[in-house]
Amino acid sequence: MPSNQPTLRAHSLTCVRGERTLFTGLSFEVVSGEWLHIRGENGIGKTSLLRILAGLSKPAAGSIDWNNCSIEADPSEYHRNLLFLGHRDSLKEDLTALENLEIATALDGVQISTDDALLALHRFGLRGREDLPVNCLSAGQKRRVLLARLLLRKAKLWILDEPFNALDVHAVEMLSELISEHIEAGGMAIMTSHQEILMPNGRVVQL
Amino acid sequence: MNALIAVIRRDLLLVMRRKSEVLTILFFFMIVTSLFPLGIGADTALLRKIAPGVIWVAALLSTMLGLQRLFASDFADGTLEQMALSPTPLGLLVGGKITAHWLVCGLPLVLLAPVIGIQFDLDTSTLGVLILALLIGTPILSLIGAIGAALTLGVRGGGVLLSLLVLPLYIPVLIFGAGAVYAQSVGLDTTGHFSVLGALLALSLFFAPWATTAAVRIAIE
Repeated sequence: MPSNQPTLRAHSLTCVRGERTLFTGLSFEVVSGEWLHIRGENGIGKTSLLRILAGLSKPAAGSIDWNNCSIEADPSEYHRNLLFLGHRDSLKEDLTALENLEIATALDGVQISTDDALLALHRFGLRGREDLPVNCLSAGQKRRVLLARLLLRKAKLWILDEPFNALDVHAVEMLSELISEHIEAGGMAIMTSHQEILMPNGRVVQL
Repeated sequence: MNALIAVIRRDLLLVMRRKSEVLTILFFFMIVTSLFPLGIGADTALLRKIAPGVIWVAALLSTMLGLQRLFASDFADGTLEQMALSPTPLGLLVGGKITAHWLVCGLPLVLLAPVIGIQFDLDTSTLGVLILALLIGTPILSLIGAIGAALTLGVRGGGVLLSLLVLPLYIPVLIFGAGAVYAQSVGLDTTGHFSVLGALLALSLFFAPWATTAAVRIAIE
């Protein structure tokens, strides 16, 4: 494999929560143009695994390498290539959808114009809702604001925790399409979901 | 740098959308400092004597009020996680949040101080020293307070714990801040007080963002 191809490699990860060992010796690899579906029962450690992969918490044992370099050694380089969407929406209820999106992209270190942000919101069916405070939106619409970030951020690796939650059929289709496009363009994705996801180049990791 | 400005702008925007929280803090500061002249009566000599202490204690308590919401909502909705994952160093973003806190909870106190000072019959030169001391002192309060706010994230009854943790650390600022105003009012030299306040500011500017960032990282893990 050429060394310039982005890779995420996990070496024998162990996660311990309190007294309970959630998983041990978990190893896998994701390369450019591939996606990983992490499956397992509720409470088995899917979210914990994603948080470890994103570098938010440390594994009890094992290591994670991004491009053959430990993510702890160069976190800012890793974070530039990473987009993480967790359970919590990180949206400010008092701000509008547009303001929330602009702040999220500024945190991502991406400079976008207001037009780009509006376009992304429109693509996710939020036309006419840009200037409403987020607390006036439904759960699904809030989720759509978050997903609009995927359009604007040029990250190589997407780590998505239950991305299809609270979305309607149309939005699920749109998101699957978006992820497929991302993977075809050489990106990678790691997702948890309880549904079957029908997209090519996927692998399943069963916890 | 872009992300830093975005964080400050966002925090200020959030405050503008919910003005009552900040106005409560300002009213608290004004009412506490007004109760003393009302309670003591027209004994100007005594008022002038207690003014530095009263104004500084009120400033300490008002900044405390704003500290609880410094990180709590960002922690609850996952924004802190996104900040930790930003390519911009977390320390810088935390610095931005502290700056926004000072702009909202510290700077208005500095601007209000002259009006409050008049109630205590302070003369112009003493008012000047009061403003300068608060201008140097309130950022220290925000910086030290941020450490406490980050340490008590996710703790039940964190508000009380926060006060217990932070107020003792405010004592040096109180002593030298109030000391400078008092020294000026009795005609003594204030250089020493200002040097110590400046040193405290430099020290907390250096250490507080770092310590706060470490505490935030522990909280989100």
